[in-house]
Amino acid sequence: MVDFSLWDIFRNLLLAARWTVVLSLIAFIGGGLVGLGLLVFRLSKTPGADKLVGAYVQLFQGTPLLMQLFLSYFGIALFGINTSAWVAAALALTLYTSAFLTEIWRGCVNSIPKGQWEAAQSLALNFPEQLRYVVLPQAVKIAIPPTVGFLVQVIKGTALASVIGFVELTKAGTMITNATFKPFLVYSCLALMYFALCFPISLVAHRLERNMNRGRQ
Amino acid sequence: MDANKNILVEIAQLRKSFGTNEVLKGIDLQVEAGEVIAIIGKSGSGKSTLLRCINGLEVFQSGKLTVDGKPLMHENALAMRELRQRVGMIFQSFNLFPHLTVGKNVMLAPRLVKQRETKPGEEQARQLLARVGLVEKYDAYPDQLSGGQQQRVAIARALAMEPAVLLCDEITSALDPELVGEVLRVVESLANEGMTLLMVTHEMSFARKVSDRVIFMHQGRVHEIGPPELLFANPQTPELQQFLSSLND
Repeated sequence: MVDFSLWDIFRNLLLAARWTVVLSLIAFIGGGLVGLGLLVFRLSKTPGADKLVGAYVQLFQGTPLLMQLFLSYFGIALFGINTSAWVAAALALTLYTSAFLTEIWRGCVNSIPKGQWEAAQSLALNFPEQLRYVVLPQAVKIAIPPTVGFLVQVIKGTALASVIGFVELTKAGTMITNATFKPFLVYSCLALMYFALCFPISLVAHRLERNMNRGRQ
Repeated sequence: MDANKNILVEIAQLRKSFGTNEVLKGIDLQVEAGEVIAIIGKSGSGKSTLLRCINGLEVFQSGKLTVDGKPLMHENALAMRELRQRVGMIFQSFNLFPHLTVGKNVMLAPRLVKQRETKPGEEQARQLLARVGLVEKYDAYPDQLSGGQQQRVAIARALAMEPAVLLCDEITSALDPELVGEVLRVVESLANEGMTLLMVTHEMSFARKVSDRVIFMHQGRVHEIGPPELLFANPQTPELQQFLSSLND
């Protein structure tokens, strides 16, 4: 029987961690862009926009991410498109992230006093300018802690992509366990790696928050 | 109508409802260039709503409103942008942008809307801040200023757009009593320089001193209108008499 050293386990997990990071990045960036688009659409007071985005948010918040991954994996195939686990996972996580982010950010924008919009309006700023120069800079500061908190959730959520055969950290952990028969050791390493990914992000968020507050004093 | 008159704001049969509650029940008003008008009345009489209709912060259901001969069109974003450059507004709660310095608060709109370059923009901001006596606060943030100072910055910010009319919505109501004077002095100097002003105010002595005409609003209508000396000394309607006497209690 082949013997696996701790380094073997760790090295293989590290290699798989790349894909967790890439998938998370896709979800952050894609979800952030889509979420921002939905937010602006909602704020623009286009008739029906609020209801439409509201329904979108409810749909993704009201169903498990696991189902969304399954549906995206098998759903795309239904249209006759040959899909990979990559595309399905990226799509599902992007939509999931966008729904949560747009709702989080809407709350932040809503917490900016109405008088700020009114002052910007009465200075003849148009809607994009009101958003870009007056409301968003104030909302961003409020948005950082909940956004980062949620992004940590997304990193951990990528673990679910293992069920559609996407080889990221968790899937790799399972495969290594099957080869080594050392589940406790492997999953401990796995947990450590997730922690190593998530903890720095929380740290950065704290620092950002502090810096922005200092900037105003 | 006298052809020599330069009518800046013209309001005809303006009606505005919030749901089923009609707050403006047909307002007619003409404001000449350079005129200072004080709007008084009980809370809920529609004074603030009337003011907010003039720069389109409130959408009205019927009637006509023109500024400088141009009709107010809510649906037309470009027309609104044009109109709002002619109409400045100062709010009860100041509404300075807290994330920008005093100087940048003043410069933001001219830079975006009038494409003013940085250099002339800074120069103008310093000039306007000097005019309201706050040039040394150029780099300060709004939360480092007193209420009276914030309101003076708000005035400078509105003036930076070089409006033809300035709307003042109870601009001293949120101030501590000892800070009211500094703001009113700035407004008075604007009035003396010929700025067209429409102000909703509870400062009766101030209204009496600076305004050319006083409007008493009651239940969504212009109930009485006239020069201050007449209106305050000789109110014609029982409602105004009651309003004025309630102030003296």
